[in-house]
Amino acid sequence: MNPDLTVLWAFIIAFAVAAYVVMDGFDLGIGILFKFFTVGKERDQAMNAVAPVWDGNETWLVMGGGGLMAAFPLAYAIVLPALYAPIIAMLLGLIFRGVAFEFRWRDPRHRRGWDLGFMLGSLIATFAQGITLGALLQGIMVEGRAYAGGWWDWLTPFSLLTGLSLVIGYALLGATWLIWKSEGRLHDDARRFAKWLMPALLVAIGAVSLATPFVEPKYYERWFEFPGLLVAVPMPLFFGAAALALWWSIGRGRDWMPFVFTLVIFALTMLGLAISIWPDVIPGRVSIWEAAAPESSQIFMLVGSAVLIPLILAYTAWSYWVFRGKVGEEGYH
Amino acid sequence: MTDAETALLLARIQFAFTISFHFIFPAFSIGLASYLAVLEGLWLRTGDSVYLNLFRYWMKIFAIAFAMGVVSGIVMSYQFGTNWSVFSDKAGPVIGPLMAYEVLTAFFLEAGFLGVMLFGMSRVGKGLHYFATLMVAVGTLLSAFWILSANSWMQTPTGWAMNDVGQFVPAGSWIDIIFNPSFPYRLVHTVIAAFLTTALVVGGVGAWHLLKGRDLPGVRKMFSMAMWMAAVVAPIQIVVGDFHGLNTLEHQPQKVMAMEGHFESYPNGAPLILFGIPDSQAETVHASVEVPYLSSLILHHGLYEPVEGLKTVPRDERPPVGIVFWSFRVMVALGFLMLGLGLWSLLARARRRLYDWRRLHRFALIMGPAGFVAVIAGWVTTEVGRQPYVIYNLLRTEDAVSPLASPAVSASLIAFVIVYFTVFAAGTVYILKLMAHPPHPAEPEPAEAPIRTAGITPAASVEHGGANPRPDRSEEAER
Repeated sequence: MNPDLTVLWAFIIAFAVAAYVVMDGFDLGIGILFKFFTVGKERDQAMNAVAPVWDGNETWLVMGGGGLMAAFPLAYAIVLPALYAPIIAMLLGLIFRGVAFEFRWRDPRHRRGWDLGFMLGSLIATFAQGITLGALLQGIMVEGRAYAGGWWDWLTPFSLLTGLSLVIGYALLGATWLIWKSEGRLHDDARRFAKWLMPALLVAIGAVSLATPFVEPKYYERWFEFPGLLVAVPMPLFFGAAALALWWSIGRGRDWMPFVFTLVIFALTMLGLAISIWPDVIPGRVSIWEAAAPESSQIFMLVGSAVLIPLILAYTAWSYWVFRGKVGEEGYH
Repeated sequence: MTDAETALLLARIQFAFTISFHFIFPAFSIGLASYLAVLEGLWLRTGDSVYLNLFRYWMKIFAIAFAMGVVSGIVMSYQFGTNWSVFSDKAGPVIGPLMAYEVLTAFFLEAGFLGVMLFGMSRVGKGLHYFATLMVAVGTLLSAFWILSANSWMQTPTGWAMNDVGQFVPAGSWIDIIFNPSFPYRLVHTVIAAFLTTALVVGGVGAWHLLKGRDLPGVRKMFSMAMWMAAVVAPIQIVVGDFHGLNTLEHQPQKVMAMEGHFESYPNGAPLILFGIPDSQAETVHASVEVPYLSSLILHHGLYEPVEGLKTVPRDERPPVGIVFWSFRVMVALGFLMLGLGLWSLLARARRRLYDWRRLHRFALIMGPAGFVAVIAGWVTTEVGRQPYVIYNLLRTEDAVSPLASPAVSASLIAFVIVYFTVFAAGTVYILKLMAHPPHPAEPEPAEAPIRTAGITPAASVEHGGANPRPDRSEEAER
């Protein structure tokens, strides 16, 4: 196993997951908030704010899962059974959401039902993803090459906290995306929601940060010993600056700012996670090198990825560019 | 049964259930994507608007089938980890990259160009639109390429070595893995099956409207095209199936023994058991109807060639004979009925009765869903026939399953069954509703849909400051 290739693959998988969190995050967030939008134009407008891009967004989840199996098969084989219930819940939530998304337009008689499916599906999928993250952080039992814990190990106050935090986080992403992409009443509603969600997210991040060292002392060491300390000391400053900028921009900044500052907060939390975990793929148990696929598999995939991922990114960027600007309230006649 | 055995059985049922549901949609959308490309190509060449109308008609159905194929496919990609984690660990270095390539080459291509295709050519121009249609069709075929390569490798594994932690790892060239011995046959057989499945659905819809007296140009055209497809492709498929069977005999003899229902060995020529009730316990086929020497003729192209039976294989290495025997017969019988439909349509053409022979139309209508049944039956034959191995002769199914507790698997199985029946029943009802209307001479573009997917140049949207280019009908519906 070539250590450099393995590091490269760790970055690629991390990138796919991050791309997923950012891109599907805001459309899941719109689903979570869907209940609070007025039935009718507002809901249609919210839906159209994500409709052009959400198919591509969700593909990153397949990329993350498929890539994990291909590049780190051992991690895939341990993590998925360990998180059986939340992953199944996430899949079922995504099915409901994806199909409701299609059918609410085509089956107007049952639109309320499909709207509910869209909301619940988004909520369940998000909550399950947050629980998955928390369960990973709190550590999973490994014996040999398999998961060795129980079926409810994932369910702890800590994982529920991370689940709730992600729901708040995605909802804030969704609200700030709508501030950017919508006009009129939906835009005002989105600002109102963001004003509540932003402090809630800060409280949630604070709670998770405080709880994490108690869940696994190793994280504490990582953060408060050199070189983690270099990042740990200024981190609150970065967070504070991003939070202030976000709060200000929700009040009177330009419409694109709240979303971008929310992304900055997400990026900081993901950086924090990476520092806590690195270089493990299953925290405290399995390192990326232990889980890595053989070099020939990594090289084979790298050849394709080197060509295709930039192509996909270019294409995705272009489609976001094509759909820049606001989704009109009245629609085009 | 111990808890582990129950969990294994439930995991197998769950896999069979979720993949059967999933497979229906790609089987349909692979064929339909190519049909759409043909329709648009014909329209561009001839300028005949009947092709354009058919294109728009089937495109709406394609969009629904595609969406359901995608969401059920996401489940499949995670199920390898949740329920078959030991398989994922051991085979991940070989299977993982093949599936990753499916995502990279096929998924993104389809998701990317679907939007352009659905959005309508009025916004992107004919050339770019046709390119998008072709890319969607290519995407579905690439997807079939990679997933069948992975599946074929599990049937006829080559190009692998075992590393010191017991994983299958690539040895030498990836070409050996991708183009493993059964892959070409399986790919061609499956893709043709998808084309036939689509042709039968299209023909069934055409026949339905002809029977209802809606003798429109579009209805005639689609019925005629579908019948050509059945007449030309059904015989090809039977030949390809024969080659595929010979390949299976060479590499997976136990599977063929189970398909044939041969427990005994026949040193001087084997009979073909047409029907019967295989009994694995008693190692015999009850109430069998046999044609002497025919099995030898089919398998070895000679009357007196010897054929070995399952008694030469240890009991714990035999596939479940009953399921394989019967699913194989269902597939073959449907294949010959498809051939019959094709030949009948040729006769009808010769007598100039293609559009008014009601019995033919009724038969075509009944055969409408036959492709799905045949595809599932064929898949059951090949997958169950591989048992008790998940990687043939190398990794047993019972050694590939996750260390699961049966309550966890049964709970998830129940959840899948409920969700799939709710969601996919709604989709099927909607597709049938679309099919219940004949293609209108001026088929509109899909309007009552969200702005879909990326890759579109909505000139209108940009010009109007990003205004929503979709005619907003939803409020009307809301009232």
